Amino acid sequence: MLSYPCFSYSFFRPTGRLLPALRAFAVLALIGVGVSGCGYNTIPTLEEAAKAKWADVQNQYQRRADLIPNLVATVQGYAKQEKEVLTSVVEARAKATSVTLDASQLTDPDKVKQFQEAQTQLSGALGRLLAVSENYPELKSNQNFLALQSQLEGTENRISVARRDYIDAVRAYNLSLKTLPSLFWAATFFRANKPMAEFAASETAQTPPQVKF
Amino acid sequence: MALVHVKSFIPRHTRKSLAWPAVAVVFVALLALIPLVFAYSFPPLTGRIVDAAHIIPVDAASRITPKLESLEAKSGIQLVVATVSSLSGDDIEPYANALFRAWGLGEKQKNNGVLLLVAPNEHKVRIEVGYGLEGTLTDALSKIIIINAMVPRFKAGDYGGGIERGVDDIITVLTTDSSEWQKRPDLRIVDGGSTFDEVIPFLVLGLFIFIFYLITPTRERGNFLSFLLGLIMSSRRGGYYGDRFDGGFGRGGGGWSNGGFSGGGGSSGGGGASGSW
Repeated sequence: MLSYPCFSYSFFRPTGRLLPALRAFAVLALIGVGVSGCGYNTIPTLEEAAKAKWADVQNQYQRRADLIPNLVATVQGYAKQEKEVLTSVVEARAKATSVTLDASQLTDPDKVKQFQEAQTQLSGALGRLLAVSENYPELKSNQNFLALQSQLEGTENRISVARRDYIDAVRAYNLSLKTLPSLFWAATFFRANKPMAEFAASETAQTPPQVKF
Repeated sequence: MALVHVKSFIPRHTRKSLAWPAVAVVFVALLALIPLVFAYSFPPLTGRIVDAAHIIPVDAASRITPKLESLEAKSGIQLVVATVSSLSGDDIEPYANALFRAWGLGEKQKNNGVLLLVAPNEHKVRIEVGYGLEGTLTDALSKIIIINAMVPRFKAGDYGGGIERGVDDIITVLTTDSSEWQKRPDLRIVDGGSTFDEVIPFLVLGLFIFIFYLITPTRERGNFLSFLLGLIMSSRRGGYYGDRFDGGFGRGGGGWSNGGFSGGGGSSGGGGASGSW
């Protein structure tokens, strides 16, 4: 049989003690809010996370650009006559590496679109180069070419993954600027923060260069 | 019967005061235990070989599992073999990456996980490599392993042999570099910073309860321990309420046990290679 000798429940008695208890609770709640900062950190944290993901995306695009000179040299060894395709790849690569977009420009949708277009152009040129190399069986069986192909495929996949992560991070950040708890902070201290541009899906369905063995 | 006994010990004037808010708080907490629903259907991580498509013969599995275990024991690398009967209509690359992240293969700090995924019905295979191993198990090497060791055997219908040979090759690549092959020290030093961050909310809660206790008039509060007991007891109603509480945690508890193997929280960035036959 249980018994409760040491404490009483009169703290919770509804009449007479309710108002002082509520007042005390309200004071405690305010202190708690002050101590925890109540979500002030949310917006800067999400912004930095989105910028970090953007750095990942840029790294992967750069990695792809770095693979191209080697690829062009290998193909040239077997398919010198395909000058047009090779030149277009080299030019597209030069353009893609010249259009830079640093983290502070992410809120400008035009700059992001410009960057994306340059990369899409490079993807297109690469796709054409790989399609052309299908016609050269000696090239297709060259070990160096095969290794470059798998690296290129891997890089395209990494670009997709990095873009997905970036889009998720940007969505979280943009939502924090518009939805309720952080909306208060957005409207007061973070008025200068604008939503970041997401990647738009390009009109020509962009498939990474496929390799068939 | 138990309901009647417990109720008679609780003084009448306290029964109504904290019952419903406490019920609401626990209900919300139980909702938070419901896992996020993914668009893909992933098999659960029941062990180092997850043969959801049932294509690996038992003897091959019994030869492969010890190799995977010794790889993790010696280097911390979590290599998991998975077969799925359906890729939910998607390509194997995004599926493998999502599955890798859902299972969290590899240690969180090192991201040293590898997933070997076979989808026999779609005729696709992929080796998905975590961020930390991309320099060792490169895309080109993964492709070579798939083309030379696995695809010819899969074409002939020998899934067990193909997977076993692929695992052997992957382990060879991972262990040739001697820096990956070091026995882990027995004492695991936990990163002090992250566990402290997790403890802070509980410290704050404890602080509030203590302040609550201090502002209670001295006459009525007794000592701190009995005050805590009073808070806890006044919000429980035994009987039907206790059953609901335990039922929720029982479901949550059942989902966690999986034979002692679980992912270390690592992630992958899409490295590796795919193949088809």
